[in-house]
Amino acid sequence: MRVIAPQAMDTLIRLLSEDGYEVVGPTRREGAIVYDRVHGLDDLPAGWGDDHAPGRYRLWQRDDQALFGYVVGPHSWKKYLFPPRETLVRVHRRDDGGFETENGEPSPPRRAFIGVRPCELAAIDVQDRVFLGQAVRDRAYGARREGVFLVAVNCAEPGGTCFCASMDTGPRAKSGFDMALTEVIEGGMHVLVAEAGTEAGEALLQRLEPREADDAERRAAERVWREAPQRMGRAMPTNARDVIARSLEHPRWEETARRCLSCANCTLVCPTCFCAQMEEVPDLEGRVSERVRTWDSCFNGEHSYMVGGTHRTTVAARYRQWLSHKLSTWHDQFGTSGCVGCGRCITWCPVGIDITEEVAGLAGGGDS
Amino acid sequence: MSARRPTLAVWKFASCDGCQLTLLGCEDELLAVADAIQIAYFPEASSAMAEGPWDLSLVEGSITTPHDAERIREIRRASRHLVTIGACATAGGIQALRNFADVEAFTRQVYARPDWIKTLATSDPIAAHVPVDFELRGCPIDKAQLLEVINAFVYGRRPQVPQSSVCEECKRAGHVCVMVAHGTPCLGPVTHAGCGALCPGCHRGCYGCFGPKETPNAPALSAWLEHLGMKREEIVRVYRTFNANSDTFREESLRHERDTDHQG
Repeated sequence: MRVIAPQAMDTLIRLLSEDGYEVVGPTRREGAIVYDRVHGLDDLPAGWGDDHAPGRYRLWQRDDQALFGYVVGPHSWKKYLFPPRETLVRVHRRDDGGFETENGEPSPPRRAFIGVRPCELAAIDVQDRVFLGQAVRDRAYGARREGVFLVAVNCAEPGGTCFCASMDTGPRAKSGFDMALTEVIEGGMHVLVAEAGTEAGEALLQRLEPREADDAERRAAERVWREAPQRMGRAMPTNARDVIARSLEHPRWEETARRCLSCANCTLVCPTCFCAQMEEVPDLEGRVSERVRTWDSCFNGEHSYMVGGTHRTTVAARYRQWLSHKLSTWHDQFGTSGCVGCGRCITWCPVGIDITEEVAGLAGGGDS
Repeated sequence: MSARRPTLAVWKFASCDGCQLTLLGCEDELLAVADAIQIAYFPEASSAMAEGPWDLSLVEGSITTPHDAERIREIRRASRHLVTIGACATAGGIQALRNFADVEAFTRQVYARPDWIKTLATSDPIAAHVPVDFELRGCPIDKAQLLEVINAFVYGRRPQVPQSSVCEECKRAGHVCVMVAHGTPCLGPVTHAGCGALCPGCHRGCYGCFGPKETPNAPALSAWLEHLGMKREEIVRVYRTFNANSDTFREESLRHERDTDHQG
């Protein structure tokens, strides 16, 4: 077991920048931990924690200088790999009546993600299946995804809306990272236990000049890994897939629809939701048209618009579509659940609807 | 462009002019607009006012007088397409606060000769008086959406104006939710997109300037606003702004007003 000092994060960020990466990671802004460009240790949210409850999120100041003492914020890495708005192609009308096309976006930068939680690694894996594992590969997603360097951070203190343990996606990363860190703070001890997941990760770790952990550090790290799964704020019922498959006419959908705002927040903060709409955006002269892809949501009426109109007209139908796809038919489509247990849809629902409580309610019969 | 450009007319009813100014505010795009359509009648921009009929009429403002109720019918008859722009034209505007009060009492209070005043009891959206081809929301409207509506008209297609929530624009922009993270009351979850989440982007709650979104659930949001500590009379007020007379906001404010009355 090897450790680095917390201050080594400064070197890590600098080395990745020198290697040509655009380094993005957690930083404090607008009363939350968000993902943005980070240039050094000072940009990381040292000493900040976050409280999570349904429909409620608050930062608080810790009594230590933990760099990764928060859980997850409203952003996910999705915004880099599957951006909210993207021009896919630009079409030019030629004078002879023909057309020419060009790629909509310039080549993406190579990015390094700092502080990727295990649930988020799982979410990236889910989106890889969606965008790259199907018959037609999403070229733009692939170009962004290929260059990514992933520095994961295991969770020591899961939040009030976390349930990754029940989704088997955390709180400790098993694979899918270049480097994984575990922050260990105990008494006067403050170190980052570092593991390499790839050759590139090992090469970078070597440049950080790690040392072997002493016995106390080793024991403290093992305690983090052992105890974190016991501290989940929530749990998803294990048979969610089947519960939903046999609950399609359950009265609870209508009950939940009375609370649901169909505002789409859950789907937009979800790190795996991938629905998008395409717009053709022509100029007034009729010379150039852009095909633009933007984040969409199954909670919007337009999303189910087909010839003749919108077919999911009620909020109940839309909530059922989201939940049944996420937890049940996603398995049929992509061979995995669409939920990674990050809890964002619970925390960032403006009225605090709790996905785990909904599934438990569906499992428990007609009453809510 | 084709030999004959379609003609455009811009009309004003009870309003502040902000929405029609949005057309003049299209500075970079104005020449392209003028190439694509002939701006034939736009008193705010030019004293050269061509005769109708017009291919496209943009109508700003609400109907508040018997005279205006007649005038909008004439404009409708002379317009191939009629698009209403802004909260006044699509919902009655801030002046629709009169719909919740006694207008005769106002005129008695304000005017020396109230018998000279011919006004309607309500401020109405244009669509309450004549058929409307498209309603563009906002107080004021968004410039990019106005250009999209004009563009769609020129090419004979449906405007791409999403009816989803302000939250969607907020999340796409990467703003932190002011209600979840700060406890700031926000109408974003029930409000029609279009402004680009302007207020949440400045750490303020949404004021609902674009009126209700598609499938709004105001009662559920109001329940949460109460949970955040908002009083019932404050809830009445948040729905009584520029879109007070839209069905959803009107019903929600009236419901809370009734409940406040019951509580004495």
